[in-house]
Amino acid sequence: MGTTEILVCGGTSCNSSGGPKIYKNLLMYIEEYDLRKKTRVIQPGCFGFCEQGPIVVIYPNGSKEGVFYCQLKEEDAQRIVKEHLVDGKVIEDFLYVDPKTGEKIAKHEDMDFYKYQQRIALRNCGTIDPLSIEDYRYRGGYKALNKVLKEMSSEDVINEVKRSKLRGRGGGGFPTGVKWEITSKVDGESKYVICNADEGDPGAFMDRSILEGDPHSVIEGMVIGAYAIGAQKGYIYARAEYPLAIDRTEAALEDARREGVLGKNILGSGFNFDLEIRIGAGAFVCGEETALITSVEGYRGDPQPKPPYPAQGGLYGKPTLINNVETLANIPIIINEGGKWYSKIGTKDSTGTKVFALAGDINNTGLIEVPMGTTLRDVVFNLGGGIPKGKEFKAAQTGGPSGGCLTEEDLDITLEYDSLLDADSMMGSGGLIILDEDSCMVDVSRFYLDFTQDEACGKCAPGRIGTKRMLEILNKITEGKGDVADLGVLKELAENIKKTALCGLCKSAPNPVLSTIERFEDEYLAHVKEKKCPTGVCEGLSKWIIEPDECRACGVCEPVCPVDAISGQRGEVYKIDPEICIDCGVCAKKCPFDAIHKA
Amino acid sequence: MGQSIEEINKEKLVEIKKKEHFKKLLEEKNNEKYNLIDFLHEVQNIYGHLSRDIQITIAEEMGLPLSQIHSVVSFYSLFTTTPKGKYTIEVCMGTACYVRGSKDILDKLSKELDIEPGQTTEDKKFTLEGTRCIGACGMAPVVVINGDVYGRIDVDDLPEILAKYE
Ligand SMILES: Cc1cc2nc3c(=O)[nH]c(=O)nc-3n(C[C@H](O)[C@H](O)[C@H](O)COP(=O)(O)O)c2cc1C
Ligand code: FES
Repeated sequence: MGTTEILVCGGTSCNSSGGPKIYKNLLMYIEEYDLRKKTRVIQPGCFGFCEQGPIVVIYPNGSKEGVFYCQLKEEDAQRIVKEHLVDGKVIEDFLYVDPKTGEKIAKHEDMDFYKYQQRIALRNCGTIDPLSIEDYRYRGGYKALNKVLKEMSSEDVINEVKRSKLRGRGGGGFPTGVKWEITSKVDGESKYVICNADEGDPGAFMDRSILEGDPHSVIEGMVIGAYAIGAQKGYIYARAEYPLAIDRTEAALEDARREGVLGKNILGSGFNFDLEIRIGAGAFVCGEETALITSVEGYRGDPQPKPPYPAQGGLYGKPTLINNVETLANIPIIINEGGKWYSKIGTKDSTGTKVFALAGDINNTGLIEVPMGTTLRDVVFNLGGGIPKGKEFKAAQTGGPSGGCLTEEDLDITLEYDSLLDADSMMGSGGLIILDEDSCMVDVSRFYLDFTQDEACGKCAPGRIGTKRMLEILNKITEGKGDVADLGVLKELAENIKKTALCGLCKSAPNPVLSTIERFEDEYLAHVKEKKCPTGVCEGLSKWIIEPDECRACGVCEPVCPVDAISGQRGEVYKIDPEICIDCGVCAKKCPFDAIHKA
Repeated sequence: MGQSIEEINKEKLVEIKKKEHFKKLLEEKNNEKYNLIDFLHEVQNIYGHLSRDIQITIAEEMGLPLSQIHSVVSFYSLFTTTPKGKYTIEVCMGTACYVRGSKDILDKLSKELDIEPGQTTEDKKFTLEGTRCIGACGMAPVVVINGDVYGRIDVDDLPEILAKYE
């Protein structure tokens, strides 16, 4: 008889909603019921279905059919051990309920969220213990590296990657095989490989999940890349905001060295390559490759003009290959299954799968991996389960601060590099933020510009001054002080910045603004002409009111108003006269019952 | 009310420990190839901040121009030059959290603690910050207090959470 495997999600989301306590309790009760010899409890990386966390999946006796329990509480561990492990019963109470049919589903393959997925980059996330190199090996890990070192020349490797037509998942979509070829052809005694794990797009968390759930896949991809271009040394540049990913990668590096798949004379082939982690310190621009390189060197992360490209003069002036986490995680599979196999997944020009981070106003937030070319509609309404609380879908934001917004009319767009560009957005790193009818698009555009303006390095004038002017105008508009001419100025500034900024950060900063003006012009016009925010989000355009249901008529607010805009009787109810109110907000601060807010 | 002698002694001891740790780190780094950013992270881990005095010490001991250290410290948002409170409350202002109302949470905390984001309460207990996406977007809106992550929170949950850090 095999052992029963119990997987307790150890991703960041589940960790913060009680996962570790469930893990501890499971171990405790397994001990108590004397099941230790028959079970193995592991904490894999993210299962992806963060909305339903904390999640536990049980695979009985080596079977592939797991039972999926979700939204668990720490005290549920006892029932899982007693009823499921001891009595052999499936616990109905903990099963996932299909929101459409109301039926309970035990197997995750039967859930809409998983049914449409094809997990390649995420193949091991949520299935193996990320801290166990044996687990990774058991699932075919380091087989590709062995094949590369024993049977393939560097050209063979490059050709295989080229055949896959894999494109960079960090946002630019540059063909990976071509990049490897260029870097391999540049002469140089020392070369470097860097993994870009900076993942600065706010709302994206696929790279984090891959490093947390399957760090060896990235390491294996890097060693293969190093072999292909002839590098001896590499770095993984990770954000400091990702401590768990850093810890697990660090542990994986040690295991890899111990097992001889990293370091000197890898797998007895005579090939040497070692890796170090470099940790960022909170700067979005460091995701841009030239800025990242200066940051790895220990300086402030200023972007550099290109050319020279990193392939020619990168880290310490040497030829450098930079790839994104997800790009690298795809490499071992491409070697194992062949580039041709990979190129048949997805669409002609965007092959393979893409991991998206679904977040915002959507029922099933989490991480999904679908073949390129899947429609936005499928992602939002099938995998994503639609919009919460019966609200209407309003927009999907892709490409983060460099991207744009898609509307209801774009729902049938296929998610792939070129179609997204045609729709004035971009793939970006795969963050997909869904917005419902209550979102104000002017505010969203102001939000992104505020972000890029804050993160702009200040090196070039269009980036430093231009984005600041744009933000000022947007602030004015959301405060109800804008006029129609401002929209023209915004567009003109945007076009100029796009043409003249130094690096990709500011070149693409105006995109969210342009895309929302194009698609939601009415909303902008309502702000500037009627001085109204149709969704009521923009506080500057809304008025202070005293909620009659919450007001206890204590009378505290009346005397504090500097302009006597508040009237009423103690014990009855108080009111604010919007004509007199000067929007100072003092009354709201003083109200002991929080009855005064903007509406 | 002043501090008791024990409290003063305890604080002094902590300061001495930090100084020793810092000195050891400086010696270590002087003898090996080091990366300035990693090094500054380590120093900040000791002191919780990188004040001008600390930067000057690093510059002198490591033989680097102060301007180089300052340029790195001022560039990266995770380095801070002012001491933080006992607890740092970080409210995620990433997109996913923003659209799920993290601004209301930041505003509420700001009101409750009577400080602006970036500031520390007078009793040095809490520092309030709006932070970049921490990658737990599935749990939006997210608040992190000294490394403890709280997800899917509502403004009304705040008093209960804060009470844990008295
Ligand atoms: C402002 C800016 C931010 C970027 N941030 C990231 C990032 O967080 N992660 C990433 O992998 N690439 C990022 N990139 C793209 C990188 O510059 C680079 O193209 C990428 O790491 C190359 O890897 P790939 O070909 O595997 O995608 C960013 C680019 C720009 C202009
Ligand atoms: S946006 Fe808040 S965790 Fe990502």
